[in-house]
Formats: sequence, structure tokens, C-alpha cells
Amino acid sequence: MSDRSIEHVVLERGEIANSWRRERWDSLRLLTPNRQSRLPGHRYDGPDPDGYMTAGEVADFVAGFAKVADAPVRTGVDVTSVRAGRAGYELETSLGPLGARSVVLASGACNRPVVPPFHTEVPASVVQVTPFDYGAPDRLPDGGVLVVGASATGVQLAAELRRTGRPVVLAAGEHVRLPRTYRGRDVLWWMEASGVWDQRYDEIDDLTRARRLPSPQLVGSPSRETLGLNELTALGVEIVGRLAAVRDGWALFSGGLRNVASLADLKMERLLDTFDAWAASAGIDAPPPERFAPTRVPASPRLRLDLRGGEIRTIVWATGFRPEYGWLHVPVLDGKGRLRHDGGVVAPGLYALGLPVLRRRKSTFLHGIEDDAREVIAHLAAGL
Amino acid sequence: MERVDMTTVSNGVNVKALLDARDALKGAPEAAQFTWRATSKWQNGVHSTTRIQQFFGLGQEQNHKTEAVFEADHPEVFAAEDNGITPIEYLLVGLASCLTAGVASVAQNRGIQLRSVESTVEGNHDIRGILGADSDVRNGFNDIKVTFTIDADASEKDIEALVAQSQKRSAVFDALTNPTSVTVEVA
Ligand SMILES: Cc1cc2nc3c(=O)[nH]c(=O)nc-3n(C[C@H](O)[C@H](O)[C@H](O)COP(=O)(O)OP(=O)(O)OC[C@H]3O[C@@H](n4cnc5c(N)ncnc54)[C@H](O)[C@@H]3O)c2cc1C
Repeated sequence: MSDRSIEHVVLERGEIANSWRRERWDSLRLLTPNRQSRLPGHRYDGPDPDGYMTAGEVADFVAGFAKVADAPVRTGVDVTSVRAGRAGYELETSLGPLGARSVVLASGACNRPVVPPFHTEVPASVVQVTPFDYGAPDRLPDGGVLVVGASATGVQLAAELRRTGRPVVLAAGEHVRLPRTYRGRDVLWWMEASGVWDQRYDEIDDLTRARRLPSPQLVGSPSRETLGLNELTALGVEIVGRLAAVRDGWALFSGGLRNVASLADLKMERLLDTFDAWAASAGIDAPPPERFAPTRVPASPRLRLDLRGGEIRTIVWATGFRPEYGWLHVPVLDGKGRLRHDGGVVAPGLYALGLPVLRRRKSTFLHGIEDDAREVIAHLAAGL
Repeated sequence: MERVDMTTVSNGVNVKALLDARDALKGAPEAAQFTWRATSKWQNGVHSTTRIQQFFGLGQEQNHKTEAVFEADHPEVFAAEDNGITPIEYLLVGLASCLTAGVASVAQNRGIQLRSVESTVEGNHDIRGILGADSDVRNGFNDIKVTFTIDADASEKDIEALVAQSQKRSAVFDALTNPTSVTVEVA
């Protein structure tokens, strides 16, 4: 907007890069490599383009961008209400009312952890934490941990907890399996270079599904390790099926583990086939294609676990995140509380950025915002 | 996977009707509420007869073309008369037919011509549970194994993907693998 000389202000209830300062666990590093830490006109220029930033480094990186871009950010301003008004939108903020011709909702896709409704059935003797209050292993009670959810958050926390010597059970539903490196390069390099991440929202067959896709089982670690179910099994994590219910003090797991594992194996192979086909046609010089062992599922995974028995002292809900729109008083949410939008265009003068597959598969990633923002702001400018 | 022209493939599944229904029901969750019903009558011993004809769906009572009648009993090794299969075997009927229907529908949707789809379903059952002989043994199946033999115009990988997707969308697979709340009352 600065480039287009559109008068604007950025309101932030916390500090710049608040989510990276307050809502991440201690050990978290980006799962995207440094070379993909790019914002318009600002990129990682350190010595290790294949490394992964810590949360603190991301916060500094975003703050650095705000400075370079000379963005008019007002921190510590909470937007408590947005309503349609006579000439655009009327906002209530912690600093008082404000009017705007247009509003861009860039409030994030991950404001609240999602926890299944049956968490209320968990016996009181078991401590429940979400990724927002997890912090580090030593902040949990001693003893066994049930990690629910096997996407990026769940696999990372399960591995970290297991490495402290605790017994860890991981409940795995549908998940996205990826190797950390493929044919000598970061798998996310392949996602970007092959064009998979650039796939547009209006070219995707099942957009609803693409928008609900869980994060890939990846961790950004200095050793560039792959962290899927096989690696977790090797670490001694016990894998069980999706947590389907808690009843009478028992956690009940789905018996469909084998199927979600083979769905993930098949999808990973199809993706690697796509990379190989692209590499062949683009003449990429890389080591030969690799294929990975299928996911090993225990012969008879446990189907139930007595939460009163003392084996499990903590449940970590790694069951995803959702945006929070309690302050948005414009009828633009669907029956499930999700924002209705067409590629970020929500309503006249109302826009969104940073939601899953907003305009491209890469939309929720740091480097994904640039193309989306250019197109959404072009639409906004045309409407002024 | 490559998408073949669906009209050249015929597995006898009206996928268009299914996809239309999916679109129509997205906006009408009430119409998507179905109630399947069976009525059962005790005969003698462990023999019972269950009949199914009516169900509720799309906002109103519906009827199968004809009433279906199922006899359930126990085999002679259980000192019964074997007037029909055991109740737990009906679960195998449900699972096999549901997964098979799924394979056919997914194949149609993906443009895969099927020539034959056969499956064997085996449920391993330790009957010490139902006999109360060992309280550590569960009453139901210990595990179930389904083996498909499929002849189709598709690669091995695509056939595996068919079978995986049919599990993902299967009502009976879900009902067997995930807990369901069941209420039993006396009228
Ligand atoms: C655990 C986790 C790991 C991730 N890892 C990666 C990764 O490795 N690589 C990657 O590219 N991306 C990653 N992401 C995605 C990451 O969130 C985005 O890349 C980036 O932070 C999104 O920026 P954003 O500005 O859209 O949202 P956010 O970072 O969520 O920022 C939204 C801001 O809006 C503020 N806000 C919200 N509501 C209001 C209000 N009513 N009034 C005032 N201010 C408000 C919030 O305080 C917040 O600072 C990860 C996300 C999570 C949750």
C-alpha cells in the first residue's frame, strides 16, 4: 500500500511479530529453510540459507522487515470490533473508534489452538496443555505424555518429549508425510521450485480439502532430520490411531491407523513423482530419485488407554489452530465460523490475507504472502 | 493421477448423481440426516429374525423396494440350530459390501474401469470374551483383515489408492474403527 501511496495504518494488539514472541514453544524453529524466509524486499542474508530460524530469529526478521518497509505499525492497539459503516467500516479499538474505507484482515490463521470437545471428559488427574502453553518438557509433570495429533506440532513435541526419556504415546489421524531432504535438497525447495506451492486456489479440484490440509510432518533442525512416524517409532514413541473419544476415563483410539498411514505413504509418493517429472522436464541436475520405506504400523496398535491408571500424566493437544473472529461483526462467516472469501476478497472493501490456500498453496507461509498481498491490494486499490 | 474421460468408463455407479447430491446437501444439512432402521424378533434359542424396509432421509420416510429378511443364529458347534449366520458375521457382510461399493464409486470417479473386484474378510475373534472365561479378552473382534483382489485398467499404485480412499469414505469402516455412542432401552 505504501508503494501505491494508499494512506493506511497497521494495528497490532501486541508487539510486531507477536505470534512468534508469545505463541510458540521454546525449541520451535521454522520448518521452512532460511532461503524461504522472504518478505517483499527483505530476505535472509546470513551464512546458512539451508538452516532454520528459531522463533526469536523470526520475530527479529519480521521486525526488521517492518523497519525496512517503514510500515506505519501501531502496536498495543487491540481491535475489539469491526462493523460495516456508511463509508466503509467502523472500528472500535483500545485507543478509541476509527473509520476506514477498507479493512484487510491480517489477524492470522492460528489465533487459538483447536481442542476436541471431549477434552472435558479427561480425568482431572491428567494435565492438559495446548501448544500455546506447552513451553518446554520440564514444565510438564513427570511421567507419560499422550500427544494428540501427528502433524508438524505433534511430531515435534512427541520427539522432544521422548528424548527427555518420558514414555510418549502419539495419536495419529490423517497426516502429511514428507522427507526432510529429497534428492540432495530440502523438500520445501522442491515444493517451491517445481511450482506445487504456486498452484492457485482457482486451479485446485477440492479447495475445501486443500484449505483443511494439516501441516506436513517436518521439523527444522540443525541435523536436517526427517521426523515421520517411522522415525518416532525408532525413538520409542508408541503410535496409536486417531483419538476418537474419551469415555469413562478411557481414551479410545481409532482402529484405522493402518489406512491413514498408507494414505500418507501414497500421497507422498505421488508428490515425489511430481517432483521427479518436473526435474526431468526442467533438466534439474540432482541425484537419482529416492523412495522411502512404507510407514511401519504396530501389528496391533492399542485401541484404548486408561487415563486414570497413572501411565499418562499429561495430554498435549496438537490438534491444530483456528483463527478467532469474535471482534468481526460483519456477516462473512460460514456456519462453522470460517471466513467466506474468494481469494482474499471478503466483501466490498473487506479483504483477508494469510489464510490457508488463500490464493495459492503457499499462502500461509512467510514467503507466500508477497504474491497474495500484491493481488489483494490491487483489488483493494481498484475499489477506492 | 491422470484423469480419464469418465464417460468411457462404466462401473455402473452413477457418480454424477452422488456428486450432485454432495453439492446439494452441503447447503442443506437437515436433508442429509438419515436414520437407518431394523426391527428384530426373537424366534427361539439364539435364533432371531431381523427385517429391514423403511428408513428416513432427505426429510421424509423412505422405503426399500422390498423388505429384506435376515436370520441370525449360532452354528452347531455352539450347540445351536444354525438357522442363519452369527450376528458378528453380519458386520463382515457390512464391511465387505461397503468397501466394495467404495472401490466401485472411487474407480468411476477416477476414470478407472474395473473388471472384477473380489474380497475376503476375516475377523479374528477370541470367544472367551463373550463366554466370560477371561475378563481381559474383549467381546468383539480382536482384528479384521480384508484382502482385495482387483482386476482393473490401472497401475498397482492406483489400485492401492482406490482401496485406501474407499476406507476413508466408508461408513462401516468408520463404524467399526471408531467408537459410537449406543443407547439400549426398554420401551
Ligand atoms: C506453530 C506454527 C509454526 C509455523 N511455522 C512456520 C514456518 O516454519 N514457516 C512459515 O513460513 N510459516 C510458519 N507458520 C505460519 C506462520 O504463522 C506464518 O508464516 C506467519 O506468522 C503468518 O503471519 P500473519 O501476519 O499472517 O499471522 P500472525 O503471525 O498470526 O499475525 C497476526 C497478528 O495479528 C494480531 N491480531 C490478531 N487479532 C487482532 C486484533 N483483533 N487486534 C489487533 N491485532 C490483532 C496478532 O496479535 C498477531 O500479531 C507457522 C505457524 C504456527 C502456528
